Amino acid sequence: MAATNSDHIQTDAAVKDVRISRISSSIRVIPDFPKPGIMFQDITTMLLDPVAFKDTIDLFVERYREKNISVVAGVEARGFIFGPPIALALGAKFVPIRKPNKLPGEVISEEYSLEYGTDIMEMHVGAVQKGERVLVIDDLIATGGTLVAAIKLLERVGADVVECACVIELADLKGRDRLGDKPLFVLVSSTC
Amino acid sequence: MSTGDNPDTTGRIKSALRVIPNFPKPGIMFQDITTLLLDPKAFKDTIDLFVERYKHQHISVIAGIEARGFIFGPPIALAIGAKFVPLRKPKKLPGEVISEKYILEYGSDCLEMHVGAVESGDRALIVDDLIATGGTLCAAMNLLERAGAEVVECACVIEVPELKGRERLRSHGKPLYVLVESQFEPSS
Repeated sequence: MAATNSDHIQTDAAVKDVRISRISSSIRVIPDFPKPGIMFQDITTMLLDPVAFKDTIDLFVERYREKNISVVAGVEARGFIFGPPIALALGAKFVPIRKPNKLPGEVISEEYSLEYGTDIMEMHVGAVQKGERVLVIDDLIATGGTLVAAIKLLERVGADVVECACVIELADLKGRDRLGDKPLFVLVSSTC
Repeated sequence: MSTGDNPDTTGRIKSALRVIPNFPKPGIMFQDITTLLLDPKAFKDTIDLFVERYKHQHISVIAGIEARGFIFGPPIALAIGAKFVPLRKPKKLPGEVISEKYILEYGSDCLEMHVGAVESGDRALIVDDLIATGGTLCAAMNLLERAGAEVVECACVIEVPELKGRERLRSHGKPLYVLVESQFEPSS
């Protein structure tokens, strides 16, 4: 799988490539999950390789360290695995973006389209202030529907979504285009 | 010691928590950790307290219970160089799984773990945000032991002592480490 990003990263290119190839090889592909024809990108095997997991976090932290990010928003549930370590390293708040009825306090909700039907993402009122600079994290971008919903929630409270970051992009599903003017950074791009 | 060692640090952690009455149903005082995550120093202190306790205990696996265990487990795993293993509700994990059923107040639920994530001889720590009755943690313990791991301890940010989760774990021979205790009933 090829690594791709659209901006210069201030890391030695050779060292970065070695990290990316280890990360890429540590991801397991499970055919026909959750349904026939889907090649599921399973990051749980990467979490079993402490070097690959640490490298994944380090690559994101290196990119965002100088960008004055005050909030890392992670999309339930696999965004909860990658977001908090990045937030801790950046000294930023971590804000979970969740499925309905999980967050106990007052929430704002955003509906988004699925292949069949719709779903909802929620965020706590008061978690993010107007003008905060936010990074949105998930393990993977497919069609981009979930990330677009997360961006809308954040923009509704007046935050500035600086970038979306994922470990994996399913390039054929064109989620990047759906994000419109919001930049996307990924470590691994898959055309499975 | 079974609770966090420094009273100023754990005091800040406790004050960063938010209690939401009557969630998810009337009579429950829900312990909301999301406000802790909005205080970077308190969140870092939380992780550091766990890391200090476990870094010399040769822990090879941190198992985190979906979903709030996914917030606290990975930073601990990264700091001590352990594997992180997510324990999930049914049908979320894509590969071959083992499942453990557990009883709820009404009905039952199931926790799953990927086959092969954990090996015989692994020393495991189980992490969740809160222990109530201990039912979910016991299911997690069973999954790890069935896969051949040794469960060294269960670690949670919050314990609700009235719900006796600690006793339930003790009856399985497992110790519990928590940072703060919270009230179950609203104060009069």
